[in-house]
Amino acid sequence: MKQNPSPPRLTLRGISKQYPGCLANDDIHLDIAPAEIHALLGENGAGKSTLMKVIYGLVKPDYGELLWDGLPIEVKDPAHARKLGIGMVFQHFSLFETLTVTENIALALGDDAGELGPLAEKIRSVSEKYGMAINPDREIHTLSVGERQRVEIVRCLVQNIKLLILDEPTSVLTPQEVDTLFVTLRQLAHEGCSILFISHKLNEVKALCHKATVLRAGKVSGECIPAEEDTTSMAKLMVGDDTPISTTYPKKLGSTPLLKISDLNLTSDDPFGVHLKQINLTVNAGEIVGIAGVAGNGQEELLASLSGEQRCQNDTIHFADTPVGKLSPDQRRQWGLAFVPEERLGRGAVPEMSLTENALLTGFLSGLVSKGMVAWHKAEAFADEIIAQYKVKTPGRHAQADSLSGGNLQKFIIGREIMQNPRILIAAHPTWGVDIGAATAIHKALIKLRDQGAAILVVSEDIDELFLISDRIGAICDGALSPIKPTPESSIQELGRMMAGDFNSPTCEQGATP
Amino acid sequence: MIKLEPRGERSRAMAYLSPVLAALLTMLTGLILFTLLGVDPVEALITILYVPISDTHGLAELCVKTAPILLCAIGLSVAFKAKIWNIGAEGQLLMGGLFGSYIALQFIEVEAFWVLPAVLIAGVVGGIVWSGIAAVLKVRFNTNEILTTIMMNYIALNILLWAVHGPLKDPDGYNFPESALFGDSALLPILVEDTRVHFGMALALLAVVAVWVLMSRSFYGFQIKVMGMDAGAARLSGFKEKRLTYFALLLSGGLAGLAGVGEVTGPIGQLIPQISPGYGYAAIIVAFLGRLHPVGILLASLLMALLYMGGEMAQISLGLPLALTGLFQGMLLFYLLACDVLISFRIRLKSKKLKPSPPLPPLASETQG
Repeated sequence: MKQNPSPPRLTLRGISKQYPGCLANDDIHLDIAPAEIHALLGENGAGKSTLMKVIYGLVKPDYGELLWDGLPIEVKDPAHARKLGIGMVFQHFSLFETLTVTENIALALGDDAGELGPLAEKIRSVSEKYGMAINPDREIHTLSVGERQRVEIVRCLVQNIKLLILDEPTSVLTPQEVDTLFVTLRQLAHEGCSILFISHKLNEVKALCHKATVLRAGKVSGECIPAEEDTTSMAKLMVGDDTPISTTYPKKLGSTPLLKISDLNLTSDDPFGVHLKQINLTVNAGEIVGIAGVAGNGQEELLASLSGEQRCQNDTIHFADTPVGKLSPDQRRQWGLAFVPEERLGRGAVPEMSLTENALLTGFLSGLVSKGMVAWHKAEAFADEIIAQYKVKTPGRHAQADSLSGGNLQKFIIGREIMQNPRILIAAHPTWGVDIGAATAIHKALIKLRDQGAAILVVSEDIDELFLISDRIGAICDGALSPIKPTPESSIQELGRMMAGDFNSPTCEQGATP
Repeated sequence: MIKLEPRGERSRAMAYLSPVLAALLTMLTGLILFTLLGVDPVEALITILYVPISDTHGLAELCVKTAPILLCAIGLSVAFKAKIWNIGAEGQLLMGGLFGSYIALQFIEVEAFWVLPAVLIAGVVGGIVWSGIAAVLKVRFNTNEILTTIMMNYIALNILLWAVHGPLKDPDGYNFPESALFGDSALLPILVEDTRVHFGMALALLAVVAVWVLMSRSFYGFQIKVMGMDAGAARLSGFKEKRLTYFALLLSGGLAGLAGVGEVTGPIGQLIPQISPGYGYAAIIVAFLGRLHPVGILLASLLMALLYMGGEMAQISLGLPLALTGLFQGMLLFYLLACDVLISFRIRLKSKKLKPSPPLPPLASETQG
């Protein structure tokens, strides 16, 4: 940064926010200069979300103050924030599926929207100016996730914006879309808009951001200039010194098919759901198959038809030689299926039940129930065993599931499934929102299960994770599945194209803009 | 200023304390109410809460009133655990009474051991049929059981009225809307001599134990609880949602039916238009007051029965309207719901406790810039 006589666009001084049982932000200081792209780095639960909610007026800090262009202010609510020129793009979009782009943006702007006609014109011109064209007359449900994000960004841009906050914007994009987004952001910053880029992906921060503030456990653990750091040193700031940051696992290929999907077509009942189209997939014993994809491309539908929540034609899914398409979830479990759902609270575990009860939730087939009666002492022993073997941090088996942190609960759920000695394990987003330590433990557990001869299918949005643990890899897009390749023969670029629905093009042909 | 602050975790102590607090607040409001009505408040409370059970006769009557409330409430607790809001215990109770009466009237002259069981079973079937209609509607057509069960209450009441005014009316009854008196072999045996405490109370206690075993020991009960707390988890684990829904609704209907037939074959001895002063509705309050737990429900049933007796007593000796019973029931539920907020929230007296922010340290960027 050059000498800059003008005050920072935004200054945070000593921001603290206490939630019951958790100090989310502890004395945070932060400066964002005009035209600066500033990264806010940190693991899940480090306090990033709270901090940005403070800036956007959604949460009032207990202590500390905000300075806007050098003047102390109190952001009353998001409307006030927007008036100041602060725009925010949330990780989960708030768009109405059945309304058009213009109508959605008009709703968000409220009284400032004006007539729909001129607004649509403005949307068209602004979006084209920043290289992310969208048609203002299209209805949201016809847009891809990447396009929806553009709508959210354009919503901020049609106003006079001085600070744009983006919360994990790349988690829903293919690698190529990420490149396009970065071009837009650089152009915006060049014109003087400050950008607060919230992420935990180090290489992205390194590629895009001028400065970075790293949070750990609610505190600022360091500030750096990403271009001058390597990713390991930033990772150390994020997670501390004592956590192992990365390992590699040997790749293996199996030969005995255990899970076989043949010509699976499925029409979704949900008007905004995705239809599965002609899915073919084989997972062999002793290997991990990874499926990448941007959220909402048929993953849920595929997973539901594998778990048995959604029945399908009997011969479209085989476990070994047994057709199981018509079997119920418990019958499939009886056969040796284990399943780790995406939502760990709400499907994987019952939030208000104890760990013992949650152990029983899927463990009931392994001898915890006799003659219709629950053998509670066995269920307790089973819960204790999971807690001990998978190092679940908890006061004990009596603790309610929702009192555990995301990572610990996920370790418990994965442990519960693996300890039932499954022949097939299906895991959806197994390390989503989990800290690095727990993620590593989960990866190790999956690899160990693979080495014991189980067939494992992992569906994830985290490409790095898939490359790390998968033996073969592919992508799902709009309900269709790409060919599955051995991981060493694939590349991030190729997988990115597959995530965008381009299954056939030959290798490396730099599809993305620089 | 008073502020509600999330606790972050549900307070177990408060979950048990809340009903007690609600009862105390109800009494306090009662005191104020009586004062405004110009009645000595302490005397009124004694009349309502103590006089009715001050002798053995009173205690016996308490049991008589408790039995139907307890049967309905314990059944409802199973449905409520599954988050199935059966508001129709009243109608299910009435149908139980009607079905049972029909069988009892067919065998007035018969003296055999099987008459009573047949009558009781008919009563249970009546309740099951009535809740079964709501169950089919819910499972098949996804109708809201709150609405259907409430509406079925009125239908049940009108069918009952039609029956006592029509086909089941005692031909020798001088045209009173009452059935003939049941034969002895259709009446529930008396448990304690010289009182009206009948076998229904034993059945109710048996039901409490059975439901307790079901919900805390059996895997079926566990599935019901999971379905209520987290339907997604139940589906993923392969629990049969429809079957569990039928089970919970039919069980609560059956027990309400048993309560109804217990009334006509117990203290009443014939079919009359008023076999229930709203026991089925009171049972909803009881189930929640008892925290859907068998022991809690037993205690809450006794309290509710006492309120029924106290209301009558206040009418007789203080000249207060009988609506008092309903008023107290309503207050009890109202306060309970209010106090339940304290399970997840705590009250904070807020007195601008914000300390000024700590003195500003020099900002690195400012000095640099």
